[in-house]
Amino acid sequence: MIKVEHLVKTFGTTHAVDDISFEVNEGENMVLLGTSGSGKTTTLKMLNRLIEPDSGSIAIDGKNIIGQPAEILRRSIGYVLQNNGLFPHYTVAENIAIVPNLLKWDKAKTQARVAELLEKLHLDKNYLNVYPNELSGGQQQRIGLARALVANPPVLLMDEPFGALDNVTRSKIHGEFLALDELKRKTIIMVTHDVQEAFELADRIALMDKGKIIQIGSPANLLFNPVNDFVRNFLKEQHLQLEFKTIKLSDIWEYLPEGGKKINTSLIPASSGVWEALENFKFYPRENINVLNQQNKEVRPITFDQLMAAFSKYKNHQSHE
Amino acid sequence: MNEHQQTLWEFMQQQADKLGVQTMQHIGLTFISLFIAVLVGLPLGIYITRKKQLSGIVLGIAGILQTIPSIALLGFMIPVLGIGAKPAIVALLLYALLPIIRNTYTGITGVDATVKEAAVAMGMNKWQVLFKVELPLAMPVILAGIRTATVINVGVATLASYIAAGGLGEFIFGGISLNNTNMILAGAIPAAMLAILFDFLLSRLQKLNFKKIKGAVKFAPVLLIFLSCLYFIPSAYGSKLTAGFTPEFMGRQDGNLGLISKYGLKIHTIVINDAVMYKAAQEKELDVISGYSTDGRLKAYDLVVLNDDKKIFPPYYAAPIVREDALRKFPELEKTLNLLAGKITDSVMTELNYRTDYLHQTPERVAKDFLVSKKLYRPERGGNEGTVRIGSKIFGEQYILASMYTMLIKGYTNYSVATKTGLGGTKIVFDAMTNDQIDFYPEYTGTGLLAILKASPQTVTRLQVSKDSTYNYVQHEFAKRYQIKWLKPIGFNNAYALMMRQKQANELHIKTISDLKRYLERK
Ligand SMILES: Nc1ncnc2c1ncn2[C@@H]1O[C@H](COP(=O)(O)OP(=O)(O)OP(=O)(O)O)[C@@H](O)[C@H]1O
Ligand SMILES: [Mg+2]
Repeated sequence: MIKVEHLVKTFGTTHAVDDISFEVNEGENMVLLGTSGSGKTTTLKMLNRLIEPDSGSIAIDGKNIIGQPAEILRRSIGYVLQNNGLFPHYTVAENIAIVPNLLKWDKAKTQARVAELLEKLHLDKNYLNVYPNELSGGQQQRIGLARALVANPPVLLMDEPFGALDNVTRSKIHGEFLALDELKRKTIIMVTHDVQEAFELADRIALMDKGKIIQIGSPANLLFNPVNDFVRNFLKEQHLQLEFKTIKLSDIWEYLPEGGKKINTSLIPASSGVWEALENFKFYPRENINVLNQQNKEVRPITFDQLMAAFSKYKNHQSHE
Repeated sequence: MNEHQQTLWEFMQQQADKLGVQTMQHIGLTFISLFIAVLVGLPLGIYITRKKQLSGIVLGIAGILQTIPSIALLGFMIPVLGIGAKPAIVALLLYALLPIIRNTYTGITGVDATVKEAAVAMGMNKWQVLFKVELPLAMPVILAGIRTATVINVGVATLASYIAAGGLGEFIFGGISLNNTNMILAGAIPAAMLAILFDFLLSRLQKLNFKKIKGAVKFAPVLLIFLSCLYFIPSAYGSKLTAGFTPEFMGRQDGNLGLISKYGLKIHTIVINDAVMYKAAQEKELDVISGYSTDGRLKAYDLVVLNDDKKIFPPYYAAPIVREDALRKFPELEKTLNLLAGKITDSVMTELNYRTDYLHQTPERVAKDFLVSKKLYRPERGGNEGTVRIGSKIFGEQYILASMYTMLIKGYTNYSVATKTGLGGTKIVFDAMTNDQIDFYPEYTGTGLLAILKASPQTVTRLQVSKDSTYNYVQHEFAKRYQIKWLKPIGFNNAYALMMRQKQANELHIKTISDLKRYLERK
């Protein structure tokens, strides 16, 4: 879907992006992760030509993006900015309708689409005629997302879309983000410097440093097969939490005890991460949660201690392999 | 105080027509220039946000323009654009440019970079970014600039009356030269109120939210054009010749009022400042002007004085006036000062003024040359039998006369001399005299009669028939009231006069003011 080859961009003596290549498949969610100044934003902006590369090529759907007028290209790529970049002089409705208006959609179609998105993003219709400064940060971020999605672009670029939010709001929006059907079919490239966020949202992560991609691969790949010390150190601090998020209940299924007593109605699929299971215990303290294996429809009620024991057995086994 | 306000109100009612015209002209001038300034300044301000390296130069030039004193700027305009509305509008426009360009520039560069980037990222082209994002977001700042420019323009537009472009300055500066407080206030209060009103309205516009501002900004050009048109409504009269009169002349019985009542003169008249009036006459912008009969510019610009055949201009014969105690203290003084009596005619005085005002010779040199030519000059004796204190008002003719008197006293007596020249106007120099700061200075009979004695209209009518009766009257009254003696007249009469270009007057066979009236009435 997106193919980037030998991309280079220097600002004066700064090698912002230093010969990177990667591919993003259709419907994939690729996260560019890295410290501040590692070249993530520069990479992203070259994809919609907000920044022109010094050399290298970018193709979307096999077409070189340099070949087409920048404005036309940009109307087919959704872009979400870190500080949302909403127009302060436009109402929520007008903000969302910017691209449809540029594409000269008729009024009714635009209106219907705006209403549809508001609903999907759990925003009240009453917000249509208010100005962005009257909204909370989380609401503004959702409007920013709606604005990027409105014309149904196949590609979505997001630059630290949740950067300005507090942790509680952020994890809530992460949940919505993953659940949003609009996003399931899209090819998404998202920039973040938040390791947790990358692991929660990414199909694949490209870890960048000083303008280069150090490692590219699935979260588990980065976590368990780091190519060098840089990657290892980068993930070290939050390693345990990342493992909880990366390791799925199905991975440790064989270590979960059978024949526990089912004493409540909770049900969590085995495709969920250990982290999610741990979070479930918040709601059912000192009791069991029921894990469902979708393949054989087997349900195993387990306690907190049993879950932790299974996790460490799995880990032990891994490290002895 | 109450009574004072009453009279101001009466004045305004009585002059309501003029006041209306002047106010409309004032608004018109302000907004024509503002409109053009926006047309020029807004695109220029936008342009320098795109070409940042030019911003320093453009803002620098606009800044320098604004530091040029208004009178000087108006003066520069005359050789290029003549007098009247054109130069006034251009001058106002130049003043209005800086705040508009500067605020457009800062407004646009101040727009949040993320918002601009978002606009580009969504696929807007550069014009869409400008009109949909940058201009609307910069609008409050741009409006603040326009607001500043408007207030500046309302203020500077008062000076437009200097170059015959009308406006409330006619009352203000007329009032100042006529020492007529009501007239000053009748111009100044509406001018101040216009400034406050426009400032208020624009501040409201600035505070509107984005929705309403959109509508208001679309409506603004229409309103601007309408307000600009106010200027042209009043100026719809025609006449064969155009007269330019000073604000002072306009308001005086022995000026325009007399021309209308005594001669029935109907001429298209514009109000203009003394400093540019003569030049405008020479450049055929004006045909008839008011002036002083011994002004050096008469000669410099080849103008001729029209004979005042109905005698509306009182005689302004010059003569030294002296404190009586000084005459007793310096017994030689009267005889010495009278050496000049009858020696200087109108044309001689004009010539002398021409030499100082136009050839920029020093008053001392001009005085000495004259005395030598009349064989009156004697070298200084260097005496020290007391010091005579000479005063003078603050214009060339008075300096020349003071110099002559200094030389005569030093040459013919053993007194020494202290000069206190440049004592402002009549009031200042005369106060200096009554307070025993000076012993004598040259004064004019008309000034003595009207400005100092403040003679009643009846007295004036009775006296102005002849030169001698006025002289006798002031001499008698000054002796009685102030113990000041009028010595013999020097000879010339520096009165108000109507003048025309010599060539035109000859062609039209106009020698007197009545000739002028007859010419104007001929179909
Ligand atoms: N317009 C520019 N002019 C000069 N240098 C720039 C410009 N944009 C980026 N840089 C430099 O290029 C390097 C990479 O910047 P970039 O914005 O891509 O980093 P980033 O990974 O997005 O960082 P952050 O997490 O802080 O947003 C930095 O050193 C930055 O200072
Ligand atoms: Mg960045």
